[in-house]
Amino acid sequence: MTEKPLADMAPGEEGEIVALGGGEKLESRLRALGLARGQKVRNMSRIGWGGPIVVMVNRAQIAIGRGTARKILVRVGSDE
Amino acid sequence: MNNNHRAGNESRETDARAGADILLVGQPNVGKSVLFSRLTGVRTIASNYPGTTVGYTAGRMRYGDENYDVVDAPGTYSLEPLDDAARVTLDLLDGAKRIINVVDATHLERHLTLTLELIAQGKPMVVALNMSDEARHLGIEIDAERLAERLGVPVIPTVARTGSGVRRLILAALSLDVRGGVLTNGGRHPGHHPHVSRHHAGDRERNHQHIPEEKVWSRVGEIVDEVQVLHHHHHTFAQWLEDLSVHPELGGIFALFVLAASFALIRLIGEFLIAGGVGIVGAPWFHVPFGMEPLFDAAWKPLMAKLSAGLGGGGFLHHLLIGTLINGQIDFRQSFGLLTTGLFVPLGMVLPYVFSFYLVLSLLEDTGYLPRLAVFLDNGMHHIGLHGYAIIPTLLGLGCNVPGILATRILETKRQRFITATLISIAVPCAALQAMIVGLVGARGLWPVALVYGILFLVWIVIGVILRFTTKGFQPELLIEIPPYRLPSPRALASKMWMRIAGFLAEALPLVLGAIVIVNVLYQLNVFHYMADASAGVVNYLWGLPKEAIVPLLLGIARKEMGAGMFASLTLTTKQLVSGCVILSMFFPCIATIVVLFRELGWKDALKSSLIMLAAVIVTGTVINVVWPS
Repeated sequence: MTEKPLADMAPGEEGEIVALGGGEKLESRLRALGLARGQKVRNMSRIGWGGPIVVMVNRAQIAIGRGTARKILVRVGSDE
Repeated sequence: MNNNHRAGNESRETDARAGADILLVGQPNVGKSVLFSRLTGVRTIASNYPGTTVGYTAGRMRYGDENYDVVDAPGTYSLEPLDDAARVTLDLLDGAKRIINVVDATHLERHLTLTLELIAQGKPMVVALNMSDEARHLGIEIDAERLAERLGVPVIPTVARTGSGVRRLILAALSLDVRGGVLTNGGRHPGHHPHVSRHHAGDRERNHQHIPEEKVWSRVGEIVDEVQVLHHHHHTFAQWLEDLSVHPELGGIFALFVLAASFALIRLIGEFLIAGGVGIVGAPWFHVPFGMEPLFDAAWKPLMAKLSAGLGGGGFLHHLLIGTLINGQIDFRQSFGLLTTGLFVPLGMVLPYVFSFYLVLSLLEDTGYLPRLAVFLDNGMHHIGLHGYAIIPTLLGLGCNVPGILATRILETKRQRFITATLISIAVPCAALQAMIVGLVGARGLWPVALVYGILFLVWIVIGVILRFTTKGFQPELLIEIPPYRLPSPRALASKMWMRIAGFLAEALPLVLGAIVIVNVLYQLNVFHYMADASAGVVNYLWGLPKEAIVPLLLGIARKEMGAGMFASLTLTTKQLVSGCVILSMFFPCIATIVVLFRELGWKDALKSSLIMLAAVIVTGTVINVVWPS
């Protein structure tokens, strides 16, 4: 079980959001899109050359700039 | 009477602020605008991406013998007053008698956060569980009655696109008890729920502090677990396409394919409607005896010839109505009379392209492709100080700069809005101008057309890079929801097309005809002569155009297609035609765009934008003239 930024997830990898960073306003926008603590995310795509990340959360696709994705911490792998 | 309030018009503050009988509130892209259309019959522009309705829309619903004022609030994720959409919604909530909270049944978890915030406002409220057909299709089963019990407000499953459930929704909304108005602490209301604390609606700050977001999410989780069952379902074709469209490599190829197909389709449909021929490059593949041009020639020309003869073939009235005869004949492109060129250019040459462009754009909008395109263009757009979502106003600008600049409101910061709007007004030619460029320059071959587009694209990039480094402000990153793919609803598509085409005709025709009158009057007064001499230093010396070109360039400020139309009457080399079209595109946006630019950016930034434009057009015209050997 490891923790890493959302930006570092490989396509197809799943995890659970453990922390949001980047200031109150950004956090609020992230939460509004379903990127809240405890939510399960799956990485759908990582566009090359530092492009955005696409994740699936609550069955919705969200595109997130790479820098913002670095501020979201996810826990990947299982406890068992 | 219905009051149609297009995205961006700010004329309807008064009665909506005074209090809507029914206020539609919901997150972006849940189908509020479609539902609003269903309730009021007011046409709206609805698309499949978040942020289509940037202002609010007001209309009237007639039910039984009563009229009800209905207001469609802009989509907002929460009531925290962090952005314009939330602030506008809060203002509208203050006066509203009852709320219809539109939620997306396919993403209940996320939408219920706003629902809980709304319930806390204490207004009589109904939840419209929209897109319930799509949810069923995806194997999502929601117990609406159980949800209503948990929320303490009625929940009605609806499908706004088809109208299913809308009647029940209206009944539920109208049977709410609104006599008490805003409820206060402990107020007895069918929506009373022990977990939700109530306060005065005016007491916004406290409302927010009393529901910490983390708590909201856990409560939403509990409710959803109780009312929603997910059945296993097979990946649909749409989902397969959704996965493909964001795939790092294949998605990029798919994006190129979509763009190429879109341009080809616009050209095919446009040419077909103009000439009745179908072909992308060179001679058409086949011909049908149909199209605006054959129509004008067969039906209108004989009539005009008679009128011309009746007027004696000359004189002021002839000049005004018919224009100049070219080799003794009426030439719809060059005669420049009100009834000849004045009708042929907007209806015969431009309208087909405007139709074709908006058809393809509307399909891209309604299927939900545009946010995916934004994902792939994000990287590139960062180099010009923007992020991928700025492609949406830019594409709209390719239709008409006015809605393009209005749509910059979907961008988060003033800096992004300034850069995007400036770039649109300088380097993005509207469909009307493009139709003329394709028609006029296309006669000289394909490469001159490609050159006009190529130079404008280069100008767009160069100014963008300069603005990125010189415009102060924060450059935010892309953060958007990508909507699911949907089949465009024919009803919504037709309504949107109608609004855009009617908007074009209402705006273009008076200006085109007015411009022709002015041209004819100035021509009679011999004013052009002085204008040409006065501007020769720039137009002739720097740009290498005949000095008379100042007339079409200035006329372009009224309507760009008329400026381009006048180029036809000058004898221009291919070089002059290409640089003339580039300069015409850049040299002051049309008057409608100027007005909206000042309104959206404020006079200071609009002035700055105009100075950038002037510098850019002088430099670009000179560079083309110097670099391109005559």
